[in-house]
Amino acid sequence: MLNFLLRRRGRSRLHWTDWASYAYLLLGLLVMFGPVLWLVMSSFKTESALSQFPPTFLPYSQKTAMVAGHEQPLPLFTVKDEQGRSRELAQVRRIGIVATMVDPKQPDTEIRVGINERKPVNELKFASGNYTELFGKFAFGTYLWNSVFITVVATLITLLINSMAAFALSKYQFTGQKTVFVMIIATLMIPPTIILVPAFLVVSGMGLLNNLWGVILPAVATPTGVFLLRQYMLTIPDELLEAARMDNASEWRIYWKIVLPLAAPAMAVLAIFSFMWRWNDFLWPLIVLSKSEHFTLQLALNSFQGELNTQWHYLLAMTVITLVPITIVFTFLQKYIATGIAGAGVK
Amino acid sequence: MRFQPFRRMRPLQSALSVGLLSLAATAWPGAAFADIRVMCYQDGNECDVTADLIKRYETQNPGAKVTLDTVPYKTVVEQLPIQLAAGQGPDIARVAEVGGLSKNYLDIGPYLKDRKYWEASFGSTLPWMRPKAGETGIYGFLSQMTMTGPFVNKTLFEQAKVPMPGPKATWDEWVEACRKVAKATQTPAAIAWDRSGHRFAGPAISFGAKIFDASGNLTMDDGYKTAVRKFVGWHKDGTMIKDIWGGSGGSSYADTVGEFKNGRVVMVLSGSWQINRMQKEIGNAFDWVAVPNPCGPAACSGMPGGAAWVALKTTKSPKEVAQFLDFMAQEANYAEWVSRTSNIPSHAGVAKKGVTYPNAGPAAQAALSVFSSGTGTVSPVAYQLQGYKYNRALMLPTVTRVTQSIVGEISVDEAVTKIGTDMAEAVKQAEK
Amino acid sequence: MSVISSALGFCFNLFEPVFRLGQKWLGGSRIGWLFVVPNLLVISVFSFLPIAVNLVYAVTGGVNLLPTERPFTGADNFSILLQCRDYTDLQTCRTDIFWRAIFNTVKFSLAQVALMLFFSLVTALVLNRKIIGRGFWRGVFFYPVLLSPVVVALIWKWLLQSQGVFNAGLVAMGSQPMEWLLDSSWAFFWVVVVSIWAHMGFYTLILLAGLQAIPRDVYEAAEMDAAKPFRVLSRITLPLLMPNLIVVLVLVMIRAVQTFDEVFVLTGGGPGSATTFIVQYIYQTGFAEQIHLYGLAAAASLMLAIGLMALTLAQLRLSKAGEAGKTRK
Repeated sequence: MLNFLLRRRGRSRLHWTDWASYAYLLLGLLVMFGPVLWLVMSSFKTESALSQFPPTFLPYSQKTAMVAGHEQPLPLFTVKDEQGRSRELAQVRRIGIVATMVDPKQPDTEIRVGINERKPVNELKFASGNYTELFGKFAFGTYLWNSVFITVVATLITLLINSMAAFALSKYQFTGQKTVFVMIIATLMIPPTIILVPAFLVVSGMGLLNNLWGVILPAVATPTGVFLLRQYMLTIPDELLEAARMDNASEWRIYWKIVLPLAAPAMAVLAIFSFMWRWNDFLWPLIVLSKSEHFTLQLALNSFQGELNTQWHYLLAMTVITLVPITIVFTFLQKYIATGIAGAGVK
Repeated sequence: MRFQPFRRMRPLQSALSVGLLSLAATAWPGAAFADIRVMCYQDGNECDVTADLIKRYETQNPGAKVTLDTVPYKTVVEQLPIQLAAGQGPDIARVAEVGGLSKNYLDIGPYLKDRKYWEASFGSTLPWMRPKAGETGIYGFLSQMTMTGPFVNKTLFEQAKVPMPGPKATWDEWVEACRKVAKATQTPAAIAWDRSGHRFAGPAISFGAKIFDASGNLTMDDGYKTAVRKFVGWHKDGTMIKDIWGGSGGSSYADTVGEFKNGRVVMVLSGSWQINRMQKEIGNAFDWVAVPNPCGPAACSGMPGGAAWVALKTTKSPKEVAQFLDFMAQEANYAEWVSRTSNIPSHAGVAKKGVTYPNAGPAAQAALSVFSSGTGTVSPVAYQLQGYKYNRALMLPTVTRVTQSIVGEISVDEAVTKIGTDMAEAVKQAEK
Repeated sequence: MSVISSALGFCFNLFEPVFRLGQKWLGGSRIGWLFVVPNLLVISVFSFLPIAVNLVYAVTGGVNLLPTERPFTGADNFSILLQCRDYTDLQTCRTDIFWRAIFNTVKFSLAQVALMLFFSLVTALVLNRKIIGRGFWRGVFFYPVLLSPVVVALIWKWLLQSQGVFNAGLVAMGSQPMEWLLDSSWAFFWVVVVSIWAHMGFYTLILLAGLQAIPRDVYEAAEMDAAKPFRVLSRITLPLLMPNLIVVLVLVMIRAVQTFDEVFVLTGGGPGSATTFIVQYIYQTGFAEQIHLYGLAAAASLMLAIGLMALTLAQLRLSKAGEAGKTRK
């Protein structure tokens, strides 16, 4: 029975185990992508469409009509009257179980209709306003900039100092080298929580509270990065370095012009990881940044989910925007990420 | 040894220089008028109105620069105290936890031209901001007086054809009436209270809680226990929706206005600062009214409060801070502020003259007058609690423990005991 | 492009003299120190120094942030955290929420390890087969790993809310809608599910890499011996995969114990304290409540660190045993 789990099938005819595998994969697709897809579709719904139950997949929005005597457009419903004919009525207001409606053609007579006797008239409508209004209502551009700044700068610094450390640890033998390596790896074992309060104190002592650098600097010395790069640099033949030294190249030149370019694939993987980590950072920025103009996208999202817990349409749109960059990185660089993890995993 | 950032990107460079310049600007008190930063949160439009007043101040005082930071309420509650503890922070802040942060306040008394005016106008609430009882510093002033109290969806009552209880009705009578209304109109819940120990205190005092014992320390008594028991019971029998209190852990704040405006609850216990928001967000959807605080055996009390503009010790420009606060405290400016933000004044002179609320619709006006007259029925215990420096020690554990009881983790008796021990623990630590 | 290369060239020239100088002073291999110093500096300032300071916090009391303003209290904080009149009844503990948090974390971690290992293994085994578009399918499972915890939590909050998709399904099947996140047991269940959803792909990749490293001739030999499939799985595949399985086990355990972000946004630790885990307790005690008990937070975090280190050491032992098992072949 566990046949299908074990062996690769090379036959051209599909075995039932192949069907089972594909079924599992399709289920996986649904489970993994489904929620995200649902999020995206929901983000295009208008506020009123969001409160409809049961929810629809496609963003339907209720048709509205301008009725004389009312400033705002009124939502349209189909209502069956006593003779069984259906009419389209516009709703003026609804409290409890009674809706007050008017016929758009005869706006003066108000008709009371029970809420169970009416059905909304829907049309397919993508409420892109959710997105555009975001930039106007909230300082969204600022949050985006903060996230981008932190991510890009932190990644650049990470690449630099991690590769320098990895270079030193792989291509040199100096006293205390092993200790340094152990120290760097030891930080992997430190749960960030135990240094929350004192790290906060250190950062504030340096005057970096509420400063994007206060988020960047503590995060740049990643032990995983050093480890990853070191593993890769170990495979660079020493003869290349010796040859360069004989040509009287400085060590910095060797590092910069020889080792770094050769380590490019590992650097790319680290860059992607760093991008992902910094873009998604939450707890540390939550503690360091308290002025809302310095919020990153993740922080803004979190603070608005508290304030706007009844304004899901903005929240959903914001969430989608927050996950777009990482999705782009994913689609184009998926292969690198996978090979990077595979390499790191086979320690 | 800081690493020199790469200069490969121009936006980076300019962002850096902007950052450095602004850091430098805040560090140097060079100009004749130093810049001051004001941290403000708003329930309705308080910060927007303040921005207008700031413009006027800057015109009247050329060279003065006041920067207004509008932040969410959560930032003022959670992060400002940490900033201040680390020695950083704005020059002025609008705070709700008036007494709790008092050790960070700056006495602007020496910089004020007319102390007597301040003492005459704000005398009764100035002590709330003093770190030590009995001293005479002036640290700021209350931007408004607030009262906790219920809002009721009048339209639902009308639809259900249930008469609204009168002004001296008890909590039980209101619960009964709202239950009937909820059932008749298919509303999910009859009543909801904001997720806040401050809100909880009003009914608790009405049920007989004395809060303080003979020596002035916080204590749990039968009155408080009754309040907790009733509250948990109302959740269990469906009178109240679990979402508000049960939806979070810890003591994080959640208000009920969202549920109220969507017609999901008949009556909510919130406060006068929400009036503006109610008006804006409910509009014409239904008729809403504020009603006097329902009674318990001991009182018909709400909790007084108010946000305050306070001067902070972290400022480097005490003179400018005092000058700006003085400007905001002038009768004309104060009156304009409360009038435009639909708030109850805490300024004796302004209160005496009465305030007109041009932005307030009829519902808001009526609500404001209900709350204003409600100040008469506030129990003295409530005033004492509001002015007590460590009142958070009571309010926060109340939220945590009562929530645990609501979701069934602990019993009511255990919750009350735990509130007592948490409270004592917190006060002990805070006094160290 | 030329802008980048000239910028790179600029950076290169910026540092070269520094290093040439260092080379002269330090000579041959000691130049390595110069390369390693920036990284070390950051680690020392932002990791090791805080650890030392954390010890200071753990033995002081009061509510002030600056260590100089905190009174020395010795092991008080630890005794406050650990004191229970009756260890079988959580209610009698002085800091019962701390104990609940630990209990919840242990429950959560065990569930995570078991389920995550299971699902990652199954998925890796399926992906290891000869299927069309393996890269694509691999990406499918890996995608949620890239999403930030806040986004993950919001996605699921949206799905689980009282008028969301899941309740729509329930109503369609004839039952009542449920308040998923307001029920203690369901909230915990969903927290486990969401965590697995969000991280499974990562571990699947590690296991997949391990599976693909197993040479094919091993399987062909087994096939020639007409070995039963189950035997192949238990006698060949799993033992060969053991190093990777142990890596995954440790990583999952470490992550599970430190879970905070997605749970915090999804449930806030609620309802009550049903999904409050240890990191959230530390955050709440030290940062969120207005009376900041930094000492308790520091003491709790210290205990967490010790526990985690013990777990990791146990793993190292296990992995050595696993290595020994491998060489046995």
